[in-house]
Amino acid sequence: MLELRKDIFADERDDNLKEIGKGTQRQDMLGHVTGTSSYFNDHKLQGMLHLKVVRSTQAHARIRRIDITEAERSSGVRRIIRGADVPRNLNTLLSLINFGKDDEPSLAVDKVRYKGEPIVAIVADSEREAFEAIAKVKVDYEPLPAVFDVEDALKPGAPVVNETYPKNTFTYHETYDHQKLRFGDADAALATADHVLEQRYQMSPIEHAPTETNGAIAAPDTNGRYVVYTSTQALFFSVDTCAKILDVPSNTFHFIGGTVGGGFGGKVDTLTEPLAILGAMLTGRPVRYVFGREEEMQYGPPRGAERIYIKDGVMRDGRVIARKIRAYFDSGAYTRLSSYAAVKCAAHLPGPYTIPNVYGDVYCVFTNRTPATAMRGFGVTAMDFAIECQMDKLANLVGMDPMEFRILNAYRDGDMKAHRREAKNTALIECVQVAAEKAKWPIRDEFKRASSRKDGGGSRAIIPPTPADSRARPTAPVQQRTTYDRAPAATSREPPREPPAPPPPPPRPSAPSHGATRFSSVFGTRRR
Amino acid sequence: MAVTVKTFASAGEAAGALSSDRSARYLGGGTLVMRALNEGDVSISTVVRASDRALTRIDPSGPRITLGAGVTFARVLAERDLAFLHAPARSIGGPAVRNMGTVGGNLFAPNPYGDFTVALLALDATVAVQGSFGARDIPIEEFLQSRERRAGTLVLSVSCTRPASNEAFRYRKIARIKPKGGSVITIAAHLPISGGRIAGARIALGSMAPTQIRARAAERALEGRSLDAATISAAASAAAEGTSPSDNALGSAWYRREIVGVHLRRLLSGQE
Amino acid sequence: MSKIPLQFRHNGRDVAIFVDGGTNLLVALRELIGDMTPKFGCGQGGCGTCSVLIDGELHLSCLTLAETVAGRSIETLDGMKQGPNLHPLQRAFADNFAAQCGYCTPGMLMAAKALLDRNPSPSREEVVEAISGNICRCTGYEPIVNAILAAAGGRASA
Repeated sequence: MLELRKDIFADERDDNLKEIGKGTQRQDMLGHVTGTSSYFNDHKLQGMLHLKVVRSTQAHARIRRIDITEAERSSGVRRIIRGADVPRNLNTLLSLINFGKDDEPSLAVDKVRYKGEPIVAIVADSEREAFEAIAKVKVDYEPLPAVFDVEDALKPGAPVVNETYPKNTFTYHETYDHQKLRFGDADAALATADHVLEQRYQMSPIEHAPTETNGAIAAPDTNGRYVVYTSTQALFFSVDTCAKILDVPSNTFHFIGGTVGGGFGGKVDTLTEPLAILGAMLTGRPVRYVFGREEEMQYGPPRGAERIYIKDGVMRDGRVIARKIRAYFDSGAYTRLSSYAAVKCAAHLPGPYTIPNVYGDVYCVFTNRTPATAMRGFGVTAMDFAIECQMDKLANLVGMDPMEFRILNAYRDGDMKAHRREAKNTALIECVQVAAEKAKWPIRDEFKRASSRKDGGGSRAIIPPTPADSRARPTAPVQQRTTYDRAPAATSREPPREPPAPPPPPPRPSAPSHGATRFSSVFGTRRR
Repeated sequence: MAVTVKTFASAGEAAGALSSDRSARYLGGGTLVMRALNEGDVSISTVVRASDRALTRIDPSGPRITLGAGVTFARVLAERDLAFLHAPARSIGGPAVRNMGTVGGNLFAPNPYGDFTVALLALDATVAVQGSFGARDIPIEEFLQSRERRAGTLVLSVSCTRPASNEAFRYRKIARIKPKGGSVITIAAHLPISGGRIAGARIALGSMAPTQIRARAAERALEGRSLDAATISAAASAAAEGTSPSDNALGSAWYRREIVGVHLRRLLSGQE
Repeated sequence: MSKIPLQFRHNGRDVAIFVDGGTNLLVALRELIGDMTPKFGCGQGGCGTCSVLIDGELHLSCLTLAETVAGRSIETLDGMKQGPNLHPLQRAFADNFAAQCGYCTPGMLMAAKALLDRNPSPSREEVVEAISGNICRCTGYEPIVNAILAAAGGRASA
């Protein structure tokens, strides 16, 4: 199954590999097959109490009043925890590395910003009694207009989701409302391109759906410390987050974790540990807080939604000469890790291609949706989806084979990347060649001969002159149909012409060609 | 307060306990009631059970077969005489769910579940319930229409028509996951043929309304005709008529309306 | 509130516990008996990680009212080992890398055992059907299916 292509870059590597390419048993396999691997919940503690939270039924509302009098009298209830009981009831995860402002309470106080936001925690003798008490908590909401769409959230007059960020965008370096990438003059290059293709892509939130739900058990330990069994994927990160929220030194805690029933990024938010520990502090008893399946799916953080606009300029010979991107990350109601996702996304532009003019704006936007978090390559995944769809459409537009089109535009060693780092150890060309070979996809000899280590650098290593931004706001783009899309029900837009004949191989002509058909959603079809 | 469990030897006693306590639910296989308790449904505080053998009886002979409400899908699958019900029984859950879930419970299963009931609806089932005045039979459509109010009703058994031939009964469940998963839509069709023409067509749909429903417009398009291409087309284009599907994680209402005709066409024309 | 006495066989041993009304078998096994091998994954019958055998039949312990198993025989992964030795299924799972995070493994193994106990040489299709109620989110279905086939026939993994 696994095949090491040692023929590729053979001179760069010591091939006496001891582990790679060989089967190695997991060190925890014996525990897994005998069921003795110890997950956070596999601890039976004397007198353990159960914590459940009352969650907001509203996507956006002011909290007028929280009435817990009846719940307090409910059978088996040991303690009801409210926002005021949380020592530091405002936090942001990446504050541990001084990135971002505290914007999220452990328990909502004056306002709820997404449906399912925790408002009150109930610690009871049994789960059943906690559920019964939850039914008796009365929250009086004053509903506020909610915003669920990233672009709506940026419009003037949009509801302010999170007062920490009144513009509904994360603030970078205390100044900027988005991540910006400028390399060369994309607008000028678009004006000289044979074809311009503008498209809109989006991705819905994705739930990690780990088989083990998020959870933690906290118990008083000797000498005033607390032992915490947790499902966290980021143990030390969780320790420090709890120390901050509970305002105690981190050596107050003895965290035990490491065996996690599936995480995929959904278990880094430290959602259950602070309240479980606080419950143990306030009752002197072990407290378990574990998400039910519905909580995990509905209110556990997902991979955030993204909307992406790409506008590319391509020459008839297949070279992409300009790429303009606007991307919106839906952070949900709080920052969590989406601020970092947007940074990663900006660093990833324009994908693994050498494009001499790149323009990127990447926004981390707040909406009244469930806060998003990490998930396997977050910040890059949806952008790659969009870029690679776009590459297929561009190849189709210029009548080129999509594999050859990628080899033609792939970055090579020595090229200058848009964020002004020299490309090194590139291997996209070889990956595409092997993929084509495996898929029995015919590519022409000159593309089979292409190499990441040939023909890079030189003029491709130059940092082009880059104009400063003008003040003009970008026009709202419209989805443009291509022959890749299904035929629209009714359209006045002219479809792309028959693709031109396959272009000559890739020497890089510099003179812009004239008389080509241009496509732009802004200007429509016209002749130059 | 913990849940009180009451176990009775006879269905009649269980029915009495059930009808006298609004917070009581009857526990069949557990896939609905235990799930609700696990999810924190505090409206249930009494669980009623009955060990009455009558509830697990199967009578597979004759033109109408009878299944006790407590018969599991695994038992339906083990019964050779019930081959026509094997496809719907197999389309439910994995082996564990089929070892637990019951025919009676399936009548109460909300979307995207309740696939077996779709088959029963197409097969003109009657539901025997134990009321305060003894047992009585209710046509399945009437039962489903008032399902919300029937939490306190004990179902004893279900009877349905045995189709005259394999061809006369068809079933199809559309799911996102193979070989199991919740229903995007479920279709069952009973097409008795008399003198080369369809007589008494019943098409039942799951996940196309709050409860399982009949596609009456499609039935009308089939009635009295032979099952040819034109008839199938007419039935397929009428499939969504009178339906009111909703959005859920498995599909949107729009999507369901779009595909119901496509899958009815495939079902009627014998395509995979 | 009164507790209900309950006796059953747990992996060949007689056990007696007191449960609260409405307690499910998963909670009874984990919190009252201390057998942590069946796991909580969903409480809804969707994931299969709590699977156990009741009188040899595969059931979901989270959807089983504890008191309904009175006098019956429960098998869990905790009882699968044969003395100090791994059961052939456990060995095959290890050899075929059929566990990653390990959380679905107890349920997968019980579903596999339920299959092989009554069908010692299943087809690949039958294996897939047998574990169709068990979710693996690390997505190791192929190695899991291979492991079960290997345990069944000593057949080499595909």
